[in-house]
Amino acid sequence: MSSFKVFDIAGSGMSAESVRLNTVASNLANADSVSGDPTQVYQAKHPVFQSVQALGEAALGPAALGGAATLSVASNQLAQQASASVKVSGITANTAAPEARYDPSNPLANSDGYVYSSNVNVVEEMTDMISASRSYQNNVEVMNTARNMMLDTLKLGQS
Amino acid sequence: MALSLDSYLGVHAQALTLEAQRTEVLAANLANADTPNYKARDIDFKAALSAANNGADPSGNALGTNLPGNNLKYRVPMAPALDGNTVDTQLEQAAFAENSVRYQATLTFLNARLKELMTAITGS
Repeated sequence: MSSFKVFDIAGSGMSAESVRLNTVASNLANADSVSGDPTQVYQAKHPVFQSVQALGEAALGPAALGGAATLSVASNQLAQQASASVKVSGITANTAAPEARYDPSNPLANSDGYVYSSNVNVVEEMTDMISASRSYQNNVEVMNTARNMMLDTLKLGQS
Repeated sequence: MALSLDSYLGVHAQALTLEAQRTEVLAANLANADTPNYKARDIDFKAALSAANNGADPSGNALGTNLPGNNLKYRVPMAPALDGNTVDTQLEQAAFAENSVRYQATLTFLNARLKELMTAITGS
């Protein structure tokens, strides 16, 4: 029943945004993690979002964009897949080199007295957190509105 | 002359279906607000409704499950993001709110029509 697809879509958005919030929490918790081995130190994690529909995004192409009209025509096939939910297709790690700090008193320091701190950018994570939280709220709002619309439709002809 | 319920309900029955589909499309846009390369879409409501009207089977219930047809279009972004995403959250929110009000309005119209019919049937 297509009328209930909107709940799946908003739900997939909520679950994807909560994965994003989880990675932000993990990154912030590990922002001050250090290690004596640059390969063992924590790397910032970021989720990769992907829209889910039978037709790949590549087929959509940017060709239809940039016209003078507000809207441009999508192909007829796309109409069948009018709506796409979202999923987390993977988690990528930030491979930027960790920062080396000279701190011989640290018990984790290597033989040269260096520790390596994680490459988490705290400011970036905070903005990411706000963005994820706002997007989550958006999806909740969509679900609430759709729920009210469905409930009112159920009452059609009864009042 | 027999009363056709379809013609009695008029454009509102089709409008309700179309508005429900538009809800879905806009919900998808909002859910994919952070998806790289996602292109926001919307239904050209006026064109879709007139197409649904013209294509309606006079014998009744055959209103398509695929109403948007060629009227599902891409939004032209005002400020495209570097990741190829063209969703403008504020614009989509406004469209979603507008669409839900339209849906409620259509429901009100339908309710009024049905109430009229009940009055005619019961005669009270």
